[in-house]
Amino acid sequence: MSGKIRLIDENGLRVDGRRPNELRPIKIEVGVLSNADGSAYIEQGKSKILAAVYGPREVHPRHLALPDRALLRCRYHMAPFSVEERKSPAPSRREIELSKVIREALEPAIFLEKFPRTSIDVFIEVLQADGGTRCAGTTVAALALADAGIPMRDLVVACAAGKVDGVLVLDLNDLEDKEGEADLPVAYMPNLDMISLLQMDGQLTIEEFEQALNLAIEGCKQIYKLQKEALKAKYLAIKEEVETCLQ
Amino acid sequence: MAEGNYTAGNNTYKVGSKIYACRLGLVEYEGRNVQVVALNTVYIPSPGDQVIGKIEDVNFNGWIVDINSPYKAILRANEALNKPFRQQKDDLTSFLDIGDLILAKVIAFDRTIDPILTIREPGLGKITQGQIVKVSPAKIPRIIGRKASMINMLKRETECKITVGQNGIILISGPSPENERLAILAIEKIAQEAHTSGLTDRIAEMIRREKGVKL
Repeated sequence: MSGKIRLIDENGLRVDGRRPNELRPIKIEVGVLSNADGSAYIEQGKSKILAAVYGPREVHPRHLALPDRALLRCRYHMAPFSVEERKSPAPSRREIELSKVIREALEPAIFLEKFPRTSIDVFIEVLQADGGTRCAGTTVAALALADAGIPMRDLVVACAAGKVDGVLVLDLNDLEDKEGEADLPVAYMPNLDMISLLQMDGQLTIEEFEQALNLAIEGCKQIYKLQKEALKAKYLAIKEEVETCLQ
Repeated sequence: MAEGNYTAGNNTYKVGSKIYACRLGLVEYEGRNVQVVALNTVYIPSPGDQVIGKIEDVNFNGWIVDINSPYKAILRANEALNKPFRQQKDDLTSFLDIGDLILAKVIAFDRTIDPILTIREPGLGKITQGQIVKVSPAKIPRIIGRKASMINMLKRETECKITVGQNGIILISGPSPENERLAILAIEKIAQEAHTSGLTDRIAEMIRREKGVKL
């Protein structure tokens, strides 16, 4: 399958020049949309994702409301222009599934029981896709939730590990995902040391699986630092502006 | 955030002996208590709060009020009228109609019931004049300030009457539109810079400067 394309070159570097355990360059921004209660934007390599959070707010339609906790609704959507061939804007089977797994990855982090009879709506819009969008989508949705002031046990951060050309690698891009042997997306809450999403596509031996899982968790911890910095940056920028005004 | 013999205050939670923050905000340590002052929240009603709301719907025996919260508030007719309410004779829309703004007080709220309001207290009722500013409910304590220092300064400097609703809606009515504009400007600046220190003095200075330019 991967006979035609070499995913790892003779120096052990990957198609985009990264080392096997290296993340793609990440840029995160918080509070980018003024109409949403909370929002965030991430660029992870060539993947670009925007997330918006509304709520806690009244549930529409009313009968969906839960008497003891908030209803978490999640929509993962890929823009028609996000991939090489135009994608139909209607939610596909894949998008519906990803909405569900992202919702379930975020759910354990949120204190849903603090807002009975309300809903928290998360919208994840993939503007440009280059692999790892479910992970980056989870990472950015957790930031948007925190920006909206929703009480959380911890930020959720996600990262994938996988195997390409027989080498375990971190944070796969689209080509590595499609041509490689295995893909293992993991969502993780670093403070609590808990995993909230674990999927696997392809084949790994048990030893490889354990190594890949640890690799993904290390990746998550690196992204977690960037996540926290981005969250603080929104408020630090104002603080610095004030301080320079005073001088 | 803290470990050991501490008690978890607002916006924090405890696992074993460790305390974690559950919202983005500023940490405050007071004795053994650790709390986080959140930078952004929604308004969760609590009995005794003064709020500003908008009439959204009129029922046969009361009104539904939007109080900038996930929960719609209910204002019953007998909490609004000064006389016994007779369903056949009284037309509720003649007292308060859709779109009217009211200053009200929350008298009951818990997890299971929607908040219930009253306007049968001096000072409460329909709002007839002034301008409305909306800020995040998390910024309200900052706008009031320690021992009401900030709000008193604002009232003194801008000569406006400022009524603060705990739900993040503020009513300003002043002697001239110019004074009202100044108060709104100041409140927006406070909300924007709520997490910085020395704010009261800086706002006072800003108002004086703006006044100096205008007068």
